[in-house]
Amino acid sequence: MTPAAPTVPATTAAAERPTRRRRHGRLLARLAHLVGVLVLVTLAATALVDLLPGSPAATILGPTATAEAIAELEAETGYDRPLPERYATWLGNALTGDLGSSVQSNRPVLEQILDRVPVTLELTVLALVMALAAAVPAALLAAHREGGPADRAATGLASGLLSVPVFVAGVLLIYAFAVVTGWFPVSGWSPLSDGLVDNLAFAFLPALALAIGEAPGFYRLLRGDLVHTLHQDFVRTAEVRGLPRRYVLLRHALRPSSFSLLTVAAMTFGRLLAGSVVVESLFALPGLGALALQAIPARDLPLIQGIVALVAVVYVVVNMVVDAAYAVLDPRVRAA
Amino acid sequence: MSTGTGTAVATPVAKRRPALWLALGWLGLVVLLALTADLLPLPAPDEPVGAPSLAPFAPDGPLLGTDPIGRSVASRLVHGARLSLLVGLSATLIAAVVGTALGLCAAYLRGAAERVIALVTDSLLAFPPLLVLLALAAVVRPGLTTLAVSLGLLFVPAFTRLSKALAVVEMGREYVLAARVLGASGPRMLTRELLPVCLAPVAAYAVVVLATIMVIEGSLSFLGVGIPPPAASWGSMIAGGKDFLFDAPYLIALPCLAIFATVFALNTAGDWFRGLTARGER
Repeated sequence: MTPAAPTVPATTAAAERPTRRRRHGRLLARLAHLVGVLVLVTLAATALVDLLPGSPAATILGPTATAEAIAELEAETGYDRPLPERYATWLGNALTGDLGSSVQSNRPVLEQILDRVPVTLELTVLALVMALAAAVPAALLAAHREGGPADRAATGLASGLLSVPVFVAGVLLIYAFAVVTGWFPVSGWSPLSDGLVDNLAFAFLPALALAIGEAPGFYRLLRGDLVHTLHQDFVRTAEVRGLPRRYVLLRHALRPSSFSLLTVAAMTFGRLLAGSVVVESLFALPGLGALALQAIPARDLPLIQGIVALVAVVYVVVNMVVDAAYAVLDPRVRAA
Repeated sequence: MSTGTGTAVATPVAKRRPALWLALGWLGLVVLLALTADLLPLPAPDEPVGAPSLAPFAPDGPLLGTDPIGRSVASRLVHGARLSLLVGLSATLIAAVVGTALGLCAAYLRGAAERVIALVTDSLLAFPPLLVLLALAAVVRPGLTTLAVSLGLLFVPAFTRLSKALAVVEMGREYVLAARVLGASGPRMLTRELLPVCLAPVAAYAVVVLATIMVIEGSLSFLGVGIPPPAASWGSMIAGGKDFLFDAPYLIALPCLAIFATVFALNTAGDWFRGLTARGER
C-alpha cells in the first residue's frame, strides 16, 4: 500500500567486479538480514498480546469468566509467561507446523488458515491477471505514441483510477453490475469444486475491484520504462533496419522494460494475500482477510497472531524470491 | 528488498494546470470546512435531525439529505473530513519526521547503525498495514491517537528509504566533504548539510503518503474498526449506505465522491510538487 517512492539518481557506483568470495559474503549477509527480519516480525506478532491492558486470558473470556477458566486458558496459551519464553515456545511449535489453536473454535490455527487460503489465492491471482491484462496493452499503446491521444487518455484514466479506494470501487461495482443490472450476484461465494461458472460469477466483481486498485500502478510503471527504453539507441537501430513498429515494441522494447513491472507484480501478489480484507468483507467471501476480521471482536489472539505472522513471512519470502529472480533475469544486477 | 527501479518520467506541468488548480482549490475547501466545522451552521453530526434516508435537495429535509438513521449528511461529511485530515496529517507527520531522521542517520553513520535501521525498517515493511491495524484493533480500543501513531509507524520505512537514498548521494558531494574537513559535528552535519537537501522531496512524497493514509483510515472505518461510532467518517458513511444501495444509492454517492476527489487532488498536487523538486535538482 506504500506509494512508490520517487527514484533517486544513484551515484556513479564504482564499477567493481565482485570476486566469488565477496559474492558469497554478501549472500550470507543478505541471508542473515532476512532471518533477522523474520525473527523481528514474528516476535512483534507475539508481543501483540502484551498491548492488552490486564490479563489477556481474562479479557478474551470476558467479564463472566470464572477464575478457573481464566487459569486454564492461561496455562493453555502461556499468556502469563514472559515474552521471551512465550516467543521461544511459539517459534518451536511454529517450526513444527503448530500455530496453536483458536480460542473461539478450538480448531488448530494452521488448519483454519489453510481452509481459507484457496479463496484469497484465487482472488489474488484473478486480480493480478486482470490488472496485467489491462495495464500491459494500455502501456504499449500509450508508449507507442508518447503524448498522443491514446497516451493522454490512458494516463488520465490511470491517475483517476489510482485515486479510487478499493472499498469505493467495490461498492460502485456492486451497484452497477449487481444491483442495477443484476448480471452478477451481490455477494457470496461458490467454491471451485462446485463448478467453474458459478465460481467465476462470484469471484469476478471482487477480483475486478482489486484489479482496479492495482492496474494504474502497473500501467504507470511499464509506460515509464517503455518510454525510457524506446529512446535508446538499439531501438532506433532496429527502426532504421526497417523492422515494423509492432515488432520493435513487442520484441525489442517490452522485455527490457518489464523488469520493474515483474518485481512490483510479484510484491503485489504477496501484499494482496493480506490486503483483500476490504473486498472479502464487502463481498462476504470466506477468505483469509475475512477470517482475520472475524477474529477481532472475539479477541481470538492465537488466530490473529498466526495470520499476521504467516502473511509477514510469506511477504518476506516472496521478496527474497523476487530479489533472486531479478538477479537471474537481469545480468546487470548480478554485477552491482 | 529491492523496490522497482522505475524510471521517473517528467510529466509536462503546464498541460496539467487546470487539473492542478482544481485539485488545490478542492484541498483548500476541504481544509477550510474541516477547520471551521464547529462554526458552520450545521446540525450535530451524531444526532438525528429528520426522517431517515432523505435524498439530497429534498424539499423538507436538510440540504444534502439524511443518513439511514436520520443524521445530517452535510454535517457528517464535514466532520468526516476533519477526522480523516486529523488522522492523516498527524500520521504523515510522525512517519516523515521519524523516517527522515532514521534515514539521515543511516546515511551518515553507515556501518552497524545502518544495518540495524535497515533491519527494523524491513521488518516494518513486511507487515501489511491494514492487517496490523486490524490486529491492533483486537487489542486496544481504536482512538485518534492509537490510529495516528500506528499508521505513522507503519509508514516510517517509506521515508527512511527515500531520505537515505537522497542523503547517500549528498554524502559524496564536495560541500559535505568540505563541512566535514572543517570539523562540523555530527548533529550539525545532519541538520545543516543533509536535512535541507531532503526537505523538498520528502515534503512532496508526504503529500502522496497522506493520500494513502487517508485511504487506509477510510478502509478501517469502512470495516468498522476505525474511530468508533458515532463519530463521522467517510468510510463508515459508505459502509452504512451500502446496505441501502437498491433504494437509496445517493447515500453512498456523496462520501464516495468526497473521498475520491480528496485522494485525487492529493495525488495530483503530490505529482506536481514532485515534478517541481525533481526539476530543481537538475
